[in-house]
Amino acid sequence: MKNKFDISNQDIAWCPGCGNFSILEIIKKAMNELELEQENTVMVSGIGQAAKMPQYVNTNFFNGLHGRALPVATAVKVSNPKMTVIAESGEGDMYGEGGNHFIHAIRRNVNITNIVHNNMIYGLTKGQASPTTSKGMKTTLQIFGVTNEPFNPMAVAISLGASFVARAFSGDQEQTKEIIKKAILHKGYAVVDIFQPCVSFNKLNNFAWFKEHSYYLDDKYDPYDQVEAFRKSLEMEKFPLGVLYMNKERVTTFEENLIAYETNKAPLFERKRDLEKVKLSLAGMK
Amino acid sequence: MDKRDNFFKEDVSIVLCGEAGQGIKTIELILVHVLKKSGYNVFGTKEYMSRIRGGSNSTIIRVSDKNVKSMKDKIDILIPLDSKAIEHVADRLSDNTIILGDKELLTDTKYEIIDIPLLKIAKEIGSKIYLNIVACGVVLALFNSNLDLLNEFVTEKFESKGKAIVDNNIEAAKSGFELGKALYDDSKVRIDIKRDPKIKDDYFLNGNDAVGYGALMGGCNFISSYPMSPGTGVLTFLSEHSKEMEIVVEQAEDEISAINMGIGAWYAGARALVTTSGGGFALMGEGISLSGIIETPIVVHIAQRPGPGTGLPTRTEQGDLEVALYSGHGEFPRIILAPSSIENTVKTTAEAFNLADKYQVPVIILTDQYFLDSFYNTKKLDLDIKVDDKIIKTDKDYKRYKLNASGISPRGIPGFGDGLVHVDSDEHDEYGRLTEDLDIRVKMTDKRLHKLDSIKKDIIEPVFTGNKDYETLVIGWGSTFNVINDALKEINNKKIGYLHFTQVYPISDKIKPYLDKAKNIIIIENNATAQFAKLLKIVTGVEIEHKILKYNGMHFYLEELVEKINEVAGDK
Repeated sequence: MKNKFDISNQDIAWCPGCGNFSILEIIKKAMNELELEQENTVMVSGIGQAAKMPQYVNTNFFNGLHGRALPVATAVKVSNPKMTVIAESGEGDMYGEGGNHFIHAIRRNVNITNIVHNNMIYGLTKGQASPTTSKGMKTTLQIFGVTNEPFNPMAVAISLGASFVARAFSGDQEQTKEIIKKAILHKGYAVVDIFQPCVSFNKLNNFAWFKEHSYYLDDKYDPYDQVEAFRKSLEMEKFPLGVLYMNKERVTTFEENLIAYETNKAPLFERKRDLEKVKLSLAGMK
Repeated sequence: MDKRDNFFKEDVSIVLCGEAGQGIKTIELILVHVLKKSGYNVFGTKEYMSRIRGGSNSTIIRVSDKNVKSMKDKIDILIPLDSKAIEHVADRLSDNTIILGDKELLTDTKYEIIDIPLLKIAKEIGSKIYLNIVACGVVLALFNSNLDLLNEFVTEKFESKGKAIVDNNIEAAKSGFELGKALYDDSKVRIDIKRDPKIKDDYFLNGNDAVGYGALMGGCNFISSYPMSPGTGVLTFLSEHSKEMEIVVEQAEDEISAINMGIGAWYAGARALVTTSGGGFALMGEGISLSGIIETPIVVHIAQRPGPGTGLPTRTEQGDLEVALYSGHGEFPRIILAPSSIENTVKTTAEAFNLADKYQVPVIILTDQYFLDSFYNTKKLDLDIKVDDKIIKTDKDYKRYKLNASGISPRGIPGFGDGLVHVDSDEHDEYGRLTEDLDIRVKMTDKRLHKLDSIKKDIIEPVFTGNKDYETLVIGWGSTFNVINDALKEINNKKIGYLHFTQVYPISDKIKPYLDKAKNIIIIENNATAQFAKLLKIVTGVEIEHKILKYNGMHFYLEELVEKINEVAGDK
């Protein structure tokens, strides 16, 4: 099937066998199936191997600084709410360098999709621990083993009442695509953490390991129950996959609540400042 | 007491001092506005400590028969509102300073005080919180004014707190006025400065207002910032105008987020401002560099305060020129503007947005605490401003970084036109996609740096005043304009010329003849290392010998500049 988000002749910078290739296909398919318009979609990323994703997708993009995708994505959406905005990077970028922005993006609830490639290792800097690396794992830097507790993004997001929280696995294209489509369609901030093997630097959490250490939530699972979702997020032996949590209370988005959009719904660039009105206000300073 | 010292006919400096929480800010707001509305030339500023309660804060009000725009060191009339107040301003007292105070508050003082029962009256009305309004009443009576305007302001200010509070404050104003009137009638203190009814129609802004209105006039419709004194005032200003002017206002989680949001907003077609102080700006360094490489505009307002580190959070300094100049790794052009007066700030700030848009570079506006907190009346503001929007509608094969002779590639935004807009903090090709092609790297670097040539043709040139046949050239930049100008008027030496810079980077080499012509050059800067003199040396090769520098956290006073300029310039 022809996909308008495909680009030909790309020199892709990923290692052969990298989970990023499947995620790239999944995202492009999801966007195509949702009939997103290239001109009205913006992908925002930080720095790292996962953050190169927008280079290989035929749409608008902002490849910014390490850790800073979420502030940029927030501002793009707020400046032009007609855009579909996807912030995509690795776990080092989103949870490490950009951890503070992750927390506050959840609180703001801007209507954006946040896709995080989670391979539990730093790839581009060659094999150091990431925020989600398992305790005890030896790396090129943590040569005696990692001593810090791994960051639990699902538990953090659910505890803060995030609007939409999901986890997926790059090895399962079909289900991951469906989860991403739900996230994009969801109104409000939606985070999807995607488990992904790193073939070069993570020999522990490989394809087989993820397969063995995860399972899908079944139809009986109630994603609106925050306490149950939090319980699920603490399962570490076998990680639950699927939509863990949706917050029914989060009915309005950040941008909808802004005074600038109270009556005028047009993107900021379409509005012209009335300078006479400013001068009138200034005259009040006499 | 000699009558010369307690009758004021031309100029008076009044200081009211007390602790944080006593309503000093309210006194300032009310008095400067009432006096200005009454037809007086008024200059007002304040100095305060970094705390919510206690300490010593003061407001300085200078009233003159001329349109003065600076502050004197020496105090003519001091109204201390607590026991620590006199010591706090002791350096600025002279033998002629009149202290009006309540001896009940000021026990054990060695200073001569005209005793007025401020505290007793406030308590009789209901609480010592009314002390500030009693003091306002006293001051207005010394001008032989009336209570009408004061009552109007008090009513407006306290309306939301209920009728009882309004009535008490009106009573406080009246009682204070009676105290002051007795002093006037007994010829103990009289202020008989000429009024000019036209003054009530003058603009009356402080630096915060001027930067805020400048942003509005520049089309600013987005601000993301993290609160930091003294940069917060502009954030609050835009929030207060966010409804009528349709501005997106967000308090970011940190300064890194603030600048990245600002750049993201410009990318999507907004005109964004970020306001901060030096410490917050230091966190924005990587964002400045991002703006440099992706050629997405950003405007940053740095409200300077003394560093390094946390420094003196509520004081003033011109110490961040170099960080503005050198922040951000890598090589890329930028523009730095330093508004010099209330009159040119609205336009300079608005212009920052147009310049950022036109040249696709970071533009930094440098002000400082003193400038932002100071008021004076003025007849004319430069409002010859338009919003010069450079966004283009993209076509199918749009190249965000199309190479051309000027280095300025037309800037499209996502969702406007048929093209796609790619920006990349990695080195990129004309389409904005990441590249490691070293030839393209050279082309893109040249393109970015080449923009500086165009920027240099668009410089806001420095303003020269004084005699063209000067021997001594005084140079200043940014907020020192008014105090230097007032000092030079007072000195009135035909052998002095004055060159003042509002754009501090880039500066053109056209200024070199000004420097070459002078026998003496004096640089005046509110910092310790003469940062602008260093920059001038880079541009002109001229080493400036005489430096008047101040870095104790306070701005320059009129008298000290007169004295120090005279030391170098010599006789008329």
